[in-house]
Amino acid sequence: MGSQGGWGQSKEFLDLVKSIGEARSKAEEDRIVLNEIEMLKRRINEPDIPKKKMKEYIIRLVYVEMLGHDASFGYIHAVKMTHDDSLLLKRTGYLAVTLFLNEDHDLIILIVNTIQKDLKSDNYLVVCAALTAVCKLINEETIPAVLPQVVELLGHQKEAVRKKAIMALHRFYQRSPSSVTHLISNFRKRLCDNDPGVMGATLCPLFDLISADVDSYKDLVTSFVSILKQVAERRLPKSYDYHQMPAPFIQIRLLKILALLGSGDKQASEHMYTVLGDIFRKCDSSSNIGNAVLYECICCVSSIHPSPKLLDSAAEVTSRFLKSDNHNLKYLGIDALRRLMKVNPDIAEEHQLAVIDCLEDPDDTLKRKTFELLFKMTKSTNVEVIVDRMIDYMISINDNHYKTEIASRCVELAEQFAPSNHWFIQTMNKVFEHAGDLVNVKVAHNLMRLIAEGFGDDDEGTDNQLRSSAVESYLRILSEPKLPSMFLQVICWVLGEYGTADGKFSASYITGKLCDVAEAHPSDDIVKAYAVTAIMKICAFEIAAGRKVELLPECQSLIDELSASHSTDLQQRAYELQAVLGLDGHAVESIMPADASCEDIEVDKSLSFLNSYVQQSLEKGAQPYIPENERSGILNISNFRNQDQHESSAHGLRFEAYELPKPSITLRTPAPAPAVSSTELVPISEPTYPKETNQAAKLSTVTDTGATELKLRLEGVQKKWGKPTYSTPVPSTSSSNLKTTNGVNQLGQATLSSHSRDVSYDSKRPQAEISPEKQKLAASLFGGSSSKPDKKPQSTSHKTSRLGNPASEKPQVATASAATTELAPQKTAPVQTPPPDLLDLGEPTVGDTIPSIDPFKQLEGLLGPPDVSSSTNSGTVSVTQPPDLMALYGDSSLSGVSSSISNLVPTNLDSMNLVSSSSSAADHGGSKVALSASLKKGPNPQDSLEKDSLARQLGVTPSIQNPNLFRDLLG
Amino acid sequence: MVYPAHEQVQSLVLFDRGDQPKAEPRSSSSSFLALDPRFLHTLIIFLFASSLSLSKMIRFILLQNRQGKTRLAKYYVPLEESEKHKVEYEVHRLVVNRDPKFTNFVEFRTHKVIYRRYAGLFFSICVDITDNELAYLECIHLFVEILDHFFSNVCELDLVFNFHKVYLILDEFILAGELQETSKKVFIFSYILVFFFWRS
Repeated sequence: MGSQGGWGQSKEFLDLVKSIGEARSKAEEDRIVLNEIEMLKRRINEPDIPKKKMKEYIIRLVYVEMLGHDASFGYIHAVKMTHDDSLLLKRTGYLAVTLFLNEDHDLIILIVNTIQKDLKSDNYLVVCAALTAVCKLINEETIPAVLPQVVELLGHQKEAVRKKAIMALHRFYQRSPSSVTHLISNFRKRLCDNDPGVMGATLCPLFDLISADVDSYKDLVTSFVSILKQVAERRLPKSYDYHQMPAPFIQIRLLKILALLGSGDKQASEHMYTVLGDIFRKCDSSSNIGNAVLYECICCVSSIHPSPKLLDSAAEVTSRFLKSDNHNLKYLGIDALRRLMKVNPDIAEEHQLAVIDCLEDPDDTLKRKTFELLFKMTKSTNVEVIVDRMIDYMISINDNHYKTEIASRCVELAEQFAPSNHWFIQTMNKVFEHAGDLVNVKVAHNLMRLIAEGFGDDDEGTDNQLRSSAVESYLRILSEPKLPSMFLQVICWVLGEYGTADGKFSASYITGKLCDVAEAHPSDDIVKAYAVTAIMKICAFEIAAGRKVELLPECQSLIDELSASHSTDLQQRAYELQAVLGLDGHAVESIMPADASCEDIEVDKSLSFLNSYVQQSLEKGAQPYIPENERSGILNISNFRNQDQHESSAHGLRFEAYELPKPSITLRTPAPAPAVSSTELVPISEPTYPKETNQAAKLSTVTDTGATELKLRLEGVQKKWGKPTYSTPVPSTSSSNLKTTNGVNQLGQATLSSHSRDVSYDSKRPQAEISPEKQKLAASLFGGSSSKPDKKPQSTSHKTSRLGNPASEKPQVATASAATTELAPQKTAPVQTPPPDLLDLGEPTVGDTIPSIDPFKQLEGLLGPPDVSSSTNSGTVSVTQPPDLMALYGDSSLSGVSSSISNLVPTNLDSMNLVSSSSSAADHGGSKVALSASLKKGPNPQDSLEKDSLARQLGVTPSIQNPNLFRDLLG
Repeated sequence: MVYPAHEQVQSLVLFDRGDQPKAEPRSSSSSFLALDPRFLHTLIIFLFASSLSLSKMIRFILLQNRQGKTRLAKYYVPLEESEKHKVEYEVHRLVVNRDPKFTNFVEFRTHKVIYRRYAGLFFSICVDITDNELAYLECIHLFVEILDHFFSNVCELDLVFNFHKVYLILDEFILAGELQETSKKVFIFSYILVFFFWRS
């Protein structure tokens, strides 16, 4: 049929299209379109336009809209056209309204009547046209108007109508799930429709229904499996084949549904194994569509209850994807790897070089997908490399959306796995510098808190070192232009607290810098507030130390400026600063004690220091205070929370003025006494912040970093991804040259026959091609497991040295979690027989560099009082409190471990045993993390910490053989 | 096909192939860039979020030429008119300069655009981030095969002058954001009737 004949279009219309096509600029195009609009506006309102002409006008309106101009003046004519009797005009009308109107447009109500009528039409083409419009136009309010008719059409004799009715119901379900809940049986019935098209369409709503509620559809598993089997066996009509694949789109839909149904359900999964195996075997991997089905199969296999055989097939296909030269397949391979890693963390090992290739690929999409994979496989051994890479990439991109995402990922990884606080601060600095305004405020607070609290109370020296390194780095960074506001706030706070702490920088130097910050950001009140408070702190420290404070002229002018500021907050801060300057050293010291940001402020809730004052007043005849809940007649607005209870008792009018809204702090100190304010005056919230979070940690379950950092320290033992041997890529096993139809098809050419690009799956990758840098990168990413033995130490040793002494970590685990030994006997058994390859990890480098920090103290500092951890345990974990690890590792683990040590340099054997066993245990923990990622990634890091340490003690490899054991243990 | 005059067709083809670079293919580009991208981002997030309940489905389909002219645009989620143009502009910018060796998938905000180039025309489908990319890539191809069947050796000009028919074909192919019919034979059969009426 082609496009011959003009299809009733006038020359005018063709000219329009042509002139638009020839327009030399957007301006010219706009001019032409505006002329056209003017013309249409005039003509469309003329009386007695022939219908054919009207139809053309409507199409021209569609064209105008498509070019981005407003054609709303003609909408009503399109609506009118749907009323027409002629199918041709009706279809045009429906087409135009579906393109013009959104579902909430006012004109829709005018169409509903027509749709109702057309749904009853004898001509099934009219019904089809109406159903198409129903899908687009019917909104939540109008669903009831057409629903009965659409349901009736499910039994229509024409399959095209049934199919469209199903789609319409699916749309209704998406718009308003409650409207069609009573019709779910209809979907089930349609699944058995004779027509494969209708059956295929039914899979769409079923997918949505099943993802909302898996359990009610378990009975359909066998049906889906048998359908999939029939499809795969080519029982469907040949016309559903696409590139020699039997109904691939239906297969993909079925696989998606099976993945949902089989997830975490062993019985359901077992039904699927055979058919999935068949598809893996039969699927033609030379075409795009075949690979699409294979990929969906992998997704399904990684989601259902694992079957070793299927996982092998999936791994094989994945490696084929990764080795392909086709970027699309590589992309799918990376994604498949990510999915399979959840089930079997070892799988990535053999593909490390392919992963690194993808990471360095110029294609952004592929790169991002690879980052996603890396994000999932980050551990404390490779966190530095991965986060560095991520930050480099973050700096290089402009897309704010992705920048935010990758920044938050960096922060998450750094908080979770940071090998040292110094590194953490450096990393955070970079993140803030380049994506400061995009990250969460909480992250900034965590950073300040970390600097303030440092490693712990015991080792002040290290803390001070950390702080002065932070101060130095900030002073350096300040010279850079255009820093994000949030980062400046952190800088100001740190400079105020610790700028002069180590005596390296003079107070006037720091205040000068702070003044510069405030001046450079005249419009940012928050930064100015932070800066002026920081200046105040520095002055206060100077006064307290007995030195004379000479305000710099620019500082003085800043204070003058702020005292006249429009912001009352800034004004107050400026006046407070001035007041502080006038006080003597003693008073200042009690207002602003040095380095007290993490001291708890005792809140005297009973306000006992006012007792004498109250007593005095009472003696003078004042009314005694009646607690709010004892006052019956007087209802105070401040207890609006209890208003519901009070409602019955207080229906009368209220005559008191409403109380002023209190700042949130007063909620905790119910009757603020004005006398206190001079000493408790805390201008900005930063000084109180750490205490508040501490309290929050005690009250609620957990603070974000406190626990995660705790976790990272516990995990800070070497972990590996796989065997330490260098595994070369599999020598070419399948060198079959495959063809994909991915080629660019020439539209203008005679045929569509795909000009296919040869894709070879040749897995042979010449060794010479692998550059040393790549190997190094692989080694650092993959925990040294890829590098040859002689390269090992360089990549891993410096890491382990920084991670603290693992030997000293265990007592801390034991004590920190309130050791209870009753579980130890059962647990020794798994420890004794861990798989040898996992034990083969310890490296002789740990013993020689023991940092001076005591990790136990670090832990304590971060965790807060020990009762926090036990009280915040969720029920499942606290049942299995960690036993005394020393007892465990002291004797019983020796036998299991000794085999692994034989190939290590035998220095310091005693501690070696501990090291290797703990590192292997940590590895179990790590692999467990990957296995039950969903479990672990829960909102409560402390929980995951507990589980982690538990897993470590158990020494259980969460391989696919014993997942049940894990589920039983961990709930 | 009876085009008005042969030369004109020729020039249109040349232009559409992009052999004659236009001085200013899209003058509105500057105004788009001037917009705060973050604002745009949140706006689009918001708009897409409004239909988040519509789980996995096609969000829109675009046909654009190399210059970014929209040849066909079908949205399955409600978008404001101005948003549509931003989306069209952004998608074009994303796909037009990609190396042919690269993947045919681009991240677009919270979604993913899967595109395929046929001569000077880009077919782009915006789908959920977790959807099967390769399947949609093939879905584009199937659509082109169908178009090819209808217009017998389809070229961009067919689509330019018969855009309304392309819309109709698309309506049969994808309905409510889901692939509706994957059997070419059924498809073509059902369409012969519609076109018969259309012609009359």
